[in-house]
Amino acid sequence: MSTTAAETKRSARAALGPYGHVGRLVDELDERFGVAKGGRVLLDKIFPDHWSFMLGEIALYSFVVLLATGVFLSLYFVPSTNQVVYHGVYKPLDGQWVSEAYRSTVSISFDVRGGLLVRQMHHWAADIFTGSIVLHMGRIFLTGAFRKPRELNWTIGVTMLILAIFEGFIGYSLPDDLISGTGLRIGYSIAESIPLVGSYLVSFLWGGHFPGDIIIPRFFLIHVLIIPLVLLGLIAAHLGLLVRQKHTQFPGEGRTEHNVVGSPMFPTFAAKTTGFLLMVTAATALLGGLAQINPIWQFGSYDASKISYAVQPDWYMGWLDGALRIMPSWEFAGFGHTIPFEVFLPSVVFPGLIFTIALLWPSIERRVTHDNEIHHLLDSPRNRPKRTAAGVAMFSLLFTLFGASSTDVMANFFHVSLNATLWFFRIAVIVVPIVAGLVTYQLCREMQGVHGIGKRKRAVIVRRSAEGEYTTVPAAPRPGDERTELDPEPVPVRIDIEPLGNGEILQPEVSPTGVRQVTR
Amino acid sequence: MSDADHEPSRTRVPMPMAAMSDPHMSDAAKHPARVELIIAIAFVLALGFFALFGAAYWQNWSPWMLGGSVGAGLFLLGFGMTAWGKYLMPQGPFVEERHVLAGTQDERDAMSAALVERTAVVVRRRKMLGGLFAAGAGIFGIVALFPLLRSLGPLPGNSFELTDWREGTVLVDANGRPVRRDTLVPGGIMTVYPEHTVNARTGFITENGQAIDQTVLLRLQDAPFKTSQGPEDWTPEGYVAYSKLCTHLGCPVGLYEQELELLVCPCHQSMFNIRNGAIPQFGPAPRPLPQLALMFNEDGVLAAQGPYHQAVGPGFWERTT
Repeated sequence: MSTTAAETKRSARAALGPYGHVGRLVDELDERFGVAKGGRVLLDKIFPDHWSFMLGEIALYSFVVLLATGVFLSLYFVPSTNQVVYHGVYKPLDGQWVSEAYRSTVSISFDVRGGLLVRQMHHWAADIFTGSIVLHMGRIFLTGAFRKPRELNWTIGVTMLILAIFEGFIGYSLPDDLISGTGLRIGYSIAESIPLVGSYLVSFLWGGHFPGDIIIPRFFLIHVLIIPLVLLGLIAAHLGLLVRQKHTQFPGEGRTEHNVVGSPMFPTFAAKTTGFLLMVTAATALLGGLAQINPIWQFGSYDASKISYAVQPDWYMGWLDGALRIMPSWEFAGFGHTIPFEVFLPSVVFPGLIFTIALLWPSIERRVTHDNEIHHLLDSPRNRPKRTAAGVAMFSLLFTLFGASSTDVMANFFHVSLNATLWFFRIAVIVVPIVAGLVTYQLCREMQGVHGIGKRKRAVIVRRSAEGEYTTVPAAPRPGDERTELDPEPVPVRIDIEPLGNGEILQPEVSPTGVRQVTR
Repeated sequence: MSDADHEPSRTRVPMPMAAMSDPHMSDAAKHPARVELIIAIAFVLALGFFALFGAAYWQNWSPWMLGGSVGAGLFLLGFGMTAWGKYLMPQGPFVEERHVLAGTQDERDAMSAALVERTAVVVRRRKMLGGLFAAGAGIFGIVALFPLLRSLGPLPGNSFELTDWREGTVLVDANGRPVRRDTLVPGGIMTVYPEHTVNARTGFITENGQAIDQTVLLRLQDAPFKTSQGPEDWTPEGYVAYSKLCTHLGCPVGLYEQELELLVCPCHQSMFNIRNGAIPQFGPAPRPLPQLALMFNEDGVLAAQGPYHQAVGPGFWERTT
């Protein structure tokens, strides 16, 4: 043969067809798994463009960071409370009795190269994970995105929040340092406070008395396997339902209950969300490198008879700690039994009630509104004053309790008596949610009456004539004003791509699929 | 709003990707070249930061160098990628029709019928089999709980009432040294454990010694005095001992307000008046800290007159008053 190498290459490329190796791969996959039809749909999935939709993405990506950093940490962590004498690079601890869990965590921080960075990234990512879940939940709640048909996804989301809080608490208990050990002791006493079953519960869970030697290994297993596995399954269900039911969207020109308007999965959304994954990871890396969190070597290994001042849990446990602080000491004792209501009510009944309300909220609201319709368009919070007021009241209750979890620090900082601080929060926890709810309700009602709210106002030019008469003329629209996001004018086309045999592309004028593009 | 009046489009949506003449397929940015330059700079800087991270790791520089470099690199990479997606890719906006997920009433009826009728046929004819299967599965479910739950730990019994303090148990500090008459000056405070829970040679304290038996020993002025929990002979030479476990949630009551003679729990700020039998003055703690009756034994060191007369620590269901 006298063909040159270049010609061989060219003919080989031609044999592959118009889409080259990718086309060949798709062919092969589709013959076996039938991926082409569904895959195309996935690439075309539309993601509405609104900043508030990224809150859930933060949660997802911080979970990815948690998995990656968590695997790294589990390679070095020793889940054991065996007491050993510390001899290592951190000299202030030298010669002290510490548990193996604590020693290995100190070793991750000082001996493993990059270990402190990864440990702090893991802790920061956990705080970001829970925080973004709460914000995402607030967005879903205030815009009514939980309504039919998405009630199940709301329930899955609240379940994931509960699991995330447990996962976080168990996770920061693992190093067995003085502060987390105190938290664990409090958790033990809370479980012990449950009437009838409390002492059995703690005896089974801790394998006997506090602290015992089994709780850290058990918590380790729960932390690295059981809860992450459940979370992964729930995340898959959460996202699967989202794809199946498609996104909600805010109302706007061209947006209806029957469409989704935004950017396609590939390439636009894929690029943006990959960038966002990288930026969330970057945020945890910057925090983990630059902002110290949980310096356990300063606290020392857990010793049940030692304690330090200003003992506060991570932020997502703060509301429970605050509730425990402001609760009056209402222990019931009689008939040969004790019910420690001062513990049981604020730390078991109260969160149970809050999460039950959260889980059941879609049905609670439906019972009130009798709204059984399918909703894909989101509410503006001001248009649902009662729901918005309820949400704001709930949030302000929880954040007041969060504030109450640092009564001692506040009393110290502001030089007021602890007694005054305590009573301030006892009153505030009742007054603040009521006032916040009423103010929100009134604000929503009044905002409804304002014409053109949320839109940019066009300037008005006031002219004074020679006779002294004033006239007003609306100014010419500025470039930004002209840009209505979706023009109600439909919608010439969508262009289908039908590669013909000769390499050209067929462009039918009318869409057979109902896909529309809208000019802006 | 009913979907009946809307023509449901069950067709999947193809996205126009090849018609480059379409204005919606063009870049979103007004000056694409400029944006491209910025993104390129971000990517190049990211490369530099990742190289810096490699060097920092290699040279074992400080954690803030590691985190700062990899964080900056990732941020720039993510920033560039996001900008690429936002400004240099087709923005549409594109519209996708929702298809109605629900089937027709006939389809639903067919499924319900299959469920109900087949079950009726199978179960109604074989009621006994169904009952036996349910009984078997239910009993399995119950017996499976035994190993799953019961094996986890011992039954609590009355163990919550017990500490290691007995009649004559000597009080020692964390280093295993007993307490003599002059160990504490009036106003002093220390944590003590039962003698046999502390290894004086290694400084090792047993778990029970730390978590359950821990006791706070104080010496007050104006000895002797009587508390609301016991007579004067429980407090020889002004020494008074209370369980260190807060009756609220079991934290060690580790702060001592000497002037007011208050023990303060740092967890939730319960305060106990030590002169008056550790009655709670403030905070959520419901009960006084149990008092340990003290005596000086024949060796002249402090010992317990007997065990605590009530359960130490927080409340629980089986606790009797």
